[in-house]
Amino acid sequence: MKAPPFAYLRATSLDDAFRLWSAAGPEAKLLAGGQSLIATLAFRLSEPSALIDISRVPELGGITEAGGAIRIGALVTHAQLGASELVRRHVPLLAEAVPLIAHAAVRNRGTFGGSLAFADPAAELPACCVALDATVIARTRSGERRIPAAQFFTGLYTTALAADELIAAVELPQARPGERSTIIELARRSGDYAMAGIAVRAKIAGSTLVEPNVVFFGVGDRPISAGRAASALAGKPAAPATVAEAQAALGGDLDPPADQHGTPEMKLHLARVLLARALDRLIGHAGARAA
Amino acid sequence: MNEIIDPRSIDRPNSYIGKSVPRPNAKKLVEGRGQYVDDVVLPRMVHVAFVRSPHAHARIANIDAAAALKLPGVLRVFTGQDLAEHCEPWVAVLAHLKGMKSAPQHPLPPERATWVGEAVAAVVAESRAAAEDAVAKVDIAYEPLPAAVDMETALAPGAAVIHADLGDNLCFERVNESGKVDEAFAAAHRIVEATFHTARHTGLTLEPRSILADYNRASGKLTAYHSTQAPHMMQGVFAKHMGLPEGDVRVICTDVGGSYGIKVHVYPDEVAVAVIARIMGRPVKFIADRLESFATDIHARDHRIKGRMAVDAEGRITAVDVDDLTGIGPYSVYPRTSAVEGNQVVNLIGGPYDFANFRAKTTVVFQNKTPTCQYRAVGHPIATAVTEGLVDLAAEVLGLDPVEIRRRNLMRDGTYPRTSPAGMKFEGLSHEASLAKLLAMIDYPALRAEQARLRANDIHRGIGFASFIELTNPSPFMYGVGGARISAQDGCTVRIDPDGSVVAATGVTEQGQGTEAIIRQIVAEGVGVPIEQVRVITGDTLTTPYGGGTWACRGAGIGGEAALQAGIAVKQAVLKVAGAMLQASSDALDLVNGEIVDKASGQSRMPLVELSRIVYFRGDTLPPDLPRELMQTRHFITKQYPFAFTNGVQACWLEVDVDTGMVKLLKHWCVEDCGRVINPLLVDEQVRGGIVQGIGGALYEHCLYSPEGQLMIGSMADYLVPMAAEMPDIEVGHVETPTKESLLGAKGAGEAGTAGAPAAIMNAINDALKPFNAKVFAQPFTPERILAALGKVPSRWPVASSVALPLRTADASAAPALVTAPKAAAGTVREPGLFGRMFGRSRA
Amino acid sequence: MSTTLDIAMTVNGERIARRVEARQHLIDFLRLDLGLMGSHAGCEHGLCGACTVRVDGRIVRGCLVLAAALDGATVETIEGVSDTGEIRDLQNAFIARNACQCGYCTPGMLLTAADLLASKAEPTREEIREHLSGNYCRCTGYHAIVDAVEAVARQRNGKAQP
Ligand SMILES: Cc1cc2nc3c(=O)[nH]c(=O)nc-3n(C[C@H](O)[C@H](O)[C@H](O)COP(=O)(O)OP(=O)(O)OC[C@H]3O[C@@H](n4cnc5c(N)ncnc54)[C@H](O)[C@@H]3O)c2cc1C
Ligand code: FES
Ligand code: FES
Repeated sequence: MKAPPFAYLRATSLDDAFRLWSAAGPEAKLLAGGQSLIATLAFRLSEPSALIDISRVPELGGITEAGGAIRIGALVTHAQLGASELVRRHVPLLAEAVPLIAHAAVRNRGTFGGSLAFADPAAELPACCVALDATVIARTRSGERRIPAAQFFTGLYTTALAADELIAAVELPQARPGERSTIIELARRSGDYAMAGIAVRAKIAGSTLVEPNVVFFGVGDRPISAGRAASALAGKPAAPATVAEAQAALGGDLDPPADQHGTPEMKLHLARVLLARALDRLIGHAGARAA
Repeated sequence: MNEIIDPRSIDRPNSYIGKSVPRPNAKKLVEGRGQYVDDVVLPRMVHVAFVRSPHAHARIANIDAAAALKLPGVLRVFTGQDLAEHCEPWVAVLAHLKGMKSAPQHPLPPERATWVGEAVAAVVAESRAAAEDAVAKVDIAYEPLPAAVDMETALAPGAAVIHADLGDNLCFERVNESGKVDEAFAAAHRIVEATFHTARHTGLTLEPRSILADYNRASGKLTAYHSTQAPHMMQGVFAKHMGLPEGDVRVICTDVGGSYGIKVHVYPDEVAVAVIARIMGRPVKFIADRLESFATDIHARDHRIKGRMAVDAEGRITAVDVDDLTGIGPYSVYPRTSAVEGNQVVNLIGGPYDFANFRAKTTVVFQNKTPTCQYRAVGHPIATAVTEGLVDLAAEVLGLDPVEIRRRNLMRDGTYPRTSPAGMKFEGLSHEASLAKLLAMIDYPALRAEQARLRANDIHRGIGFASFIELTNPSPFMYGVGGARISAQDGCTVRIDPDGSVVAATGVTEQGQGTEAIIRQIVAEGVGVPIEQVRVITGDTLTTPYGGGTWACRGAGIGGEAALQAGIAVKQAVLKVAGAMLQASSDALDLVNGEIVDKASGQSRMPLVELSRIVYFRGDTLPPDLPRELMQTRHFITKQYPFAFTNGVQACWLEVDVDTGMVKLLKHWCVEDCGRVINPLLVDEQVRGGIVQGIGGALYEHCLYSPEGQLMIGSMADYLVPMAAEMPDIEVGHVETPTKESLLGAKGAGEAGTAGAPAAIMNAINDALKPFNAKVFAQPFTPERILAALGKVPSRWPVASSVALPLRTADASAAPALVTAPKAAAGTVREPGLFGRMFGRSRA
Repeated sequence: MSTTLDIAMTVNGERIARRVEARQHLIDFLRLDLGLMGSHAGCEHGLCGACTVRVDGRIVRGCLVLAAALDGATVETIEGVSDTGEIRDLQNAFIARNACQCGYCTPGMLLTAADLLASKAEPTREEIREHLSGNYCRCTGYHAIVDAVEAVARQRNGKAQP
């Protein structure tokens, strides 16, 4: 199916983008990589009056290091993210996530900001941002707002962004010594959105997890922090009993909806398996096997 | 009079037959210079988009196109009533399928929409985009009617009857029975049983259905560029139903971007395009988009089969009894009908095995879903899954190895011709040789050892086998006897041009299988010229001999034989002229590699190009009464056997992650006997492609519906197909048992892969799950279903029968251990009712 | 606000300028406006890879890129890389190995394979499968495609064929 008719406006600077956007009115949409937006337009499920192409706005690009954080511009593509030495060194979780996202041709155009703004509950980068305690830098014409990733995702395909706000960049704390992280997902086929996935970050002291962040994707309406499971793990050596306790605690953390892959019970089951496998990866054989 | 008449000469070392010759038409395709229907652009061409039903069943109360017609670029809107005046409806039944019934179908339904996605109005505009803009503005008032969605309840009292005139929703019913089934079960040593489900699939050709129809009012001729497998059949269909002389219709198929059976049917929206072209007197193009493809390309394989098998103490099969139910949508599809799949199931079950007592029943019902019809390997994957699943269950209760039970029961090589308990006539098969070859390829003991070793580490691998038969080279017994104008005969015209080059026009068609390549090989061989000198014409009703096209694996077997005979006839004609020119007996001459040679010595006497020059330009120098017919046509049709059966066996090696239910395919093997292999490269790739199509059905593909009849798949993110990363390497081996019905000896090869793969995968999964006493019989074998079988998650599909170990002994008087399936409580899918939303902008 | 706009780009080495509808994706632009029919659309949802073309040297899904957004860009299609001979070896291998049946997926498949070989000299079969994992082929079952790509990689490295 062809997209419905709309106008196309190309922004050349951030100011320009805001000017075009407000002139185009509330029915206009931002276009970044288009890897989600153009596909949805081809279903004619929405009919925007205009697309404001922000993909050439220089202020929204680039990966930089500043004050112990890595700043990733909204327009950084998945491919650029995966190729960045800074990212590999300081936020290895993101580098690990990139190959799990779609396919090479999609990664060449899909952007970090677009992925966060689209807020697919099964997407990898939103979950990583939550696990990494990232800060989303949102911009309006008049200023900047810093939104913790944990508060950014508010529901199915919805975010805390205001109607006139865009994502300018994301700031991520650099990995500290002793910190480890991993992302695992279960997808039917390579590049598919996950049936269920997990992103974990923790400091490891011996075989003990300190301040673990356990975030699931594909099992809720947004990335879900598994606080109860994390508490069950925190400060304890990751023995099989601890893992089992954390797996049990997931029942209180997650309330997955049914989808084409399975029932809520199946998703919870997969989440438990993923938790054990992620811990295995982080601290070697925690002796954990699935429920 | 010359060597090629002896079939053995085909095996001579320098023969083109049996060589992996690359395809002559591949170069243009790899350079992006093929020509598919959408690539054809004609002056004054306009585009169609269809308004499609958001309801499974509804009366069309009113169609208001006023707003649509006001949009820029929009030319016309047609309703079912508009087109009904210009096109006779069709009823898709076959006389030899006794009692079969169906309702008249129009290009667009004048009164009722009967499935979600059915075209109910057509918008014609200057571009496809403009036509789609207008589709959104056509206001259709529907009165929703009760729908019959679930095939299990389609015949229940009180079910909504889709076509009142038919009385009920029964399309066709047949019991195929031989021997003494009940006695055999009563006397059985062991009985195994299970309920199998094969999911609704669709072919998903990458090139969507496409047609560009042009009607020239001055000449009165309709020309259709059509992505079809059967141009002559479509010529007849357009002519008959549009009231045109057949000679005034020309169907051209340029390159076809995949077909697999999907493009051999009459689609009402495609006929609508031809009718609209006739009304408007200009070229009209329709290229289905992916969403339309999901809702309107034929679906297939929506079967539920209850099967039982009885075995004796020696592990010999004594009886098979199956009950098949299939839902085919609201109409039987024209002209092949939608009863054939079920009919094939009851013909093919038990096919590889030697046993006496057989009963198979199929019940074919109407329902308000997309129509189903023949899709690659029609009925075979279903019959094979049921048969091979039961065989493995029997092996398990008997404590036999799966290979051993097959050894004991497969029809013995060298015992042919014979007839199967289902009544199929086999000219010559090679089950034992095929199994032996397969075992030589896979190193079975090593796999079993690996399996045992890894099980200790909680890694669960399984190996599964599937023997199968495949029906190819159909005779008129398939369709013609039932009254369908579907040619089982095919022809080939071969001519020599003045430059000595050869042109072959054939009635079989090319959709990527390599038809042109094999015809070229065969003609080069038959005539005796270098292969580079042969050009092939296919896919044009005006320029090729009348034929059936390419389906049911007949391209090589039927079309190839006609090409061989025509090539030989041309050679004989050449030698006759050569004899006169060289003052020699034509029997003493031969045509080899473009040279007339002395047969005994092989010495060159004259180049062919010199002979053709004389014939065409200096005919005055030849004896006046000498025939010089350098163009010959031959036709071929099989006469002794209704079908040429092929056979083979597959094995699959995979790993099941018992915590996640994910299946990882490690390796797949297939040994296949398609008679004479004309081009191993092409056959192997047919087999590989077919296997992956079978894997798709086994693991991923499912046209999912809501209980209300909403199609729940809107994109290739919902309907999963096999992609490169998950597919295994596939090894292919051959056994050759040529058919004696033809000189060439070729049978079909295109469906073998699809026929056996799902069964092999099912058996491999169940082999891997053996330590857990868990089994799956409902395709696709998704992680959810495997976890449900393992008891790790609850099941929401009708798969309960796969959870219980469906075994009982004959002396157990109690009811079978089958748990009846709970009502499917379909969960919510991510984009529920996309079609309702897409197609349903209009008033309900 | 206008739903059309003027764009200029370089396509297969030729500079072209057209007025396009803003909603038109690159594949329709190439096919309908430029007559380059080698790029195919199989889904228009980003899910089949048939539409793979190169923009500014990188492969993209042509159905998910608006022509309007490509003002000033360099686009290469299967026709372009065929004319330059850049992927002749891959094309020959596809023919020799019968890795192209109906050919509808083939242009996208070839450009994706070429992309892999440009960044990885000798990929394993698994890496080849992974890189092609977004390109659907219904005909071949992929095995022959993987064979062809593997063979070209070896050939480019001066190694003998297995
Ligand atoms: C075949 C396929 C498979 C995929 N698989 C995955 C996968 O496995 N995992 C995954 O995470 N993603 C996947 N994606 C999606 C991909 O990652 C997208 O690139 C991403 O979701 C959106 O990024 P984009 O730049 O393309 O955004 P666009 O499509 O341009 O925009 C998406 C939405 O975000 C808004 N937006 C974009 N940028 C901004 C901004 N800076 N500020 C505010 N709003 C903005 C737009 O207005 C629009 O509403 C897949 C896509 C395809 C086609
Ligand atoms: S047409 Fe672009 S991915 Fe299918
Ligand atoms: S060759 Fe037909 S889809 Fe790939």
